Amino acid sequence: MLIKRRTFLQTGSLATASLLVPKFMKAFEPQQGLVPPGNKTLVVIQFSGGNDGLNTVVPITNDLYFSNRPRIHIPATQAHKLTTDAGLHPALTIAKELYDNGELAIMNSVGYPNPDRSHFRSMDIWHSASESNEYFTTGWLGRYLDEQCKNCTTPTQALEVDDVLSLVLKGEQNKGLALRDPKGLYGVSSGNYFKSLHHAHVHEEETVDYLYKTMSETISSAEYIYRQSQLHPSAAQYPSTKTGKSLKTIASLILSDINTRVYYVSLGSFDTHVNQENQQTKLFTELNDALSVFVKDLKQNRRFNDVMIMTFSEFGRRVKQNASNGTDHGTANNMFFISGGLKKKGILNPLPDLQDLNAGDLKHQVDFKTVYATMLRKWLNADDAAILKKKFQVHDFI
Amino acid sequence: MSNRKRNQHLLWRSGFGPGMQQIQSLDQIHSVDLWKGILQNAGGEPKKIVVAENRLQNLFEGIEGEDAMRQFQKENKAAIAEQVKLMRQSSREDLKKLNHLWLDEMVHSPAQLREKVSFFWHGHFACRVFSAHQQQELLHVIRTHALGNFGELLRAVSKSPAMLAFLNNQQNRKKSPNENFAREVMELFTLGRGHYTEWDVKEAARAFTGWSYDSRSGFVFKQQTHDDGVKKFMGRTGRFTGDDIINILLEQKQTARFITEKIFRFFVHENADPKITAILADEFFKSGYEMKVLLHSIFSSDWFYDNRYMGNRIKSPVEFMAGIRRFVPIQLDNPNSSLVFQQVLGQVLFLPPNVAGWPGGKSWIDSSSLMVRLQLPRIWASKEDFRLQMKGDDDVDMGRSPEEMQAARRAKNFITRAGAADWNWEPVWKNYEDVSRERLYEEIAAHLLQTKSAPGKQVVEPFVDKSSREHYISSTIVQLMSTPEYQVC
Repeated sequence: MLIKRRTFLQTGSLATASLLVPKFMKAFEPQQGLVPPGNKTLVVIQFSGGNDGLNTVVPITNDLYFSNRPRIHIPATQAHKLTTDAGLHPALTIAKELYDNGELAIMNSVGYPNPDRSHFRSMDIWHSASESNEYFTTGWLGRYLDEQCKNCTTPTQALEVDDVLSLVLKGEQNKGLALRDPKGLYGVSSGNYFKSLHHAHVHEEETVDYLYKTMSETISSAEYIYRQSQLHPSAAQYPSTKTGKSLKTIASLILSDINTRVYYVSLGSFDTHVNQENQQTKLFTELNDALSVFVKDLKQNRRFNDVMIMTFSEFGRRVKQNASNGTDHGTANNMFFISGGLKKKGILNPLPDLQDLNAGDLKHQVDFKTVYATMLRKWLNADDAAILKKKFQVHDFI
Repeated sequence: MSNRKRNQHLLWRSGFGPGMQQIQSLDQIHSVDLWKGILQNAGGEPKKIVVAENRLQNLFEGIEGEDAMRQFQKENKAAIAEQVKLMRQSSREDLKKLNHLWLDEMVHSPAQLREKVSFFWHGHFACRVFSAHQQQELLHVIRTHALGNFGELLRAVSKSPAMLAFLNNQQNRKKSPNENFAREVMELFTLGRGHYTEWDVKEAARAFTGWSYDSRSGFVFKQQTHDDGVKKFMGRTGRFTGDDIINILLEQKQTARFITEKIFRFFVHENADPKITAILADEFFKSGYEMKVLLHSIFSSDWFYDNRYMGNRIKSPVEFMAGIRRFVPIQLDNPNSSLVFQQVLGQVLFLPPNVAGWPGGKSWIDSSSLMVRLQLPRIWASKEDFRLQMKGDDDVDMGRSPEEMQAARRAKNFITRAGAADWNWEPVWKNYEDVSRERLYEEIAAHLLQTKSAPGKQVVEPFVDKSSREHYISSTIVQLMSTPEYQVC
């Protein structure tokens, strides 16, 4: 038989919870005050599925590019010209604008030795910052939390705008928080029950205590984030796409006094084995429209110099197109860095060499872990060697 | 500690938790006798779970000899390609079926021990291939040997097309060795990191050259790609084959230690007690790797019931969901809902994160996964709308057109009402018939929770429906399953 929820689960609503926050919940609220000016924030945008880097930053004068891609190349006339040799995908108008303003840096041929062509495994490697023959169960930004957050009172230092938390934000001791809509999932229908449980819980067993701690932190953080996001709700008109909504949430939080240093959002799927052009254009359009508003929003509120937007994908795609007007899994790829606070701008290193391939795939010139090291050391002011378990050389674009 | 709690401990660790029909007997029976029964129930051959046929095998039926085979393949290229395509196309759906059917076994099979130990091996021999047929065959190998001899299991798994494909041994040839397979056999299946050298990996890889499979007959040894030269491996010298390498690995006591410690961490506690595992490993090694010997030593010991080992193991998502369904018979409206929750909670059967399997323990818990776990019983019980967006899996979606992919995503991304399930409460109510209303709460809590302390009646009751005895029982069960305490066993 079936029992309707309302007939037997007597749960209260959290609608008034912010007015009646129980004392024990207050304990979890951060004691830190306003974010000091100049406090840096990192926004990672993940292109899931393996974005085709060659049709993102197009080598418009390279014959090999055109001959390998007779049907899916981007004509030089359609690309937004950056340099004599490089152009941007037509849908990325904001990137062209940022480039012209000196607010975009592009790193080519980023990858790692012995690349893995499985989405899952390669993403695993990018998330955990391992070598391709190592298996870490924590992510690089999760380990950043471990380093940074020894005395943190809330797990709000890193937020993923999503329903499911990615490996990248899972540390040994600390984990980021995943939530798509601050108003969303948590607490809405069952918050009072969980709070009552927590209130009555007697600390006794380590494992159960850990679960209680995670539960109460999650609920109080979700409420805290929701209230923060309401303090200075962004007035800008964001598109109603998933990315638009995510970036709006992020903007509202960046403009609040929350202690979040890292935001994480994904866009996909870029797995364009078939009819690549439509799919990539559609995704880039969604990104472009949302990013345009986001950048303008940050600029108007004078935060653009303190925010770094970084894009990556788990791999690039094969140089040669396949028979279905798509491309198959490849290796090295480009990364974008967008900020008002870049030291070096434009195209940071040479375009990929299409002559010197490894079984049809680009050879990586830059290890992605050196980019992480740069972000950690120079942007987030963290101990990159401890977090990456190794000292990597850093770049000078920050 | 009550006798019942001990018995529930045994049922949670050696299986997927107490079933509703068992609950009554757990006060009386001694754990030694309960264990005997568990062992007895797990005897016998498992019934193979079949979801996919080998279409090529059907096509090649009746063709004798290599020449005839070559001739046939030459003349029937299109037909063969067609069958391969059909298999690939149905694989996604077939894998889902395999997932559901195996989960059903975990819930309903009387051979709880076999399914639980198979579930352990499923993580130990982690394999991410997208051929449902290969996965189905590997699962059968595992379920057949789960309680048998580890050496035989290791050999059979190593020769399964699924594992050979996953670890790239097809590419391991005399002229260009691929070390992946050899490395993982040592690092993950037998010795563990730090107990072999890079030299050993190289030489073992040479010995495994020629281990291959074809779609017709499964494992084949290809003499022409095998390197039959002399190898030096773990201090021994000879013209070793892959079988020799596996024998040498089994002769290493470290293999017994590695497996024992992993079994201990999975079935008993995250932190292996070195004194206990040393004794267990010794016995296991002396027995020639008989799994029943090892399991018996664990589950019939006194230390297994030590306070430090009770109520503190975080259930994996699959164990959590199977456990709920064993306690209350549930009919899921949409079988995909189980798959969706597996994905959201981080454990999809047949899709381990990587060769190392699921790390387990606290790694199951983060803010979002915990909140979903805490709400899942209510979602199932109340047909509550539940909107949750999935992360796609591009490995699984590979090769679909953007349109196909979008349609599929639309269908699966948002679980609205897909979480719903019909709970068959009648047998549950009947079970509590003789319990007075005053004692009901304590009784139910004792059945569901393995922790030392449990949320008190005064805490939970305000959130329980008291309108009738039946509603009281049902909503108490659902609310107690929605606690942090229920996440551990």
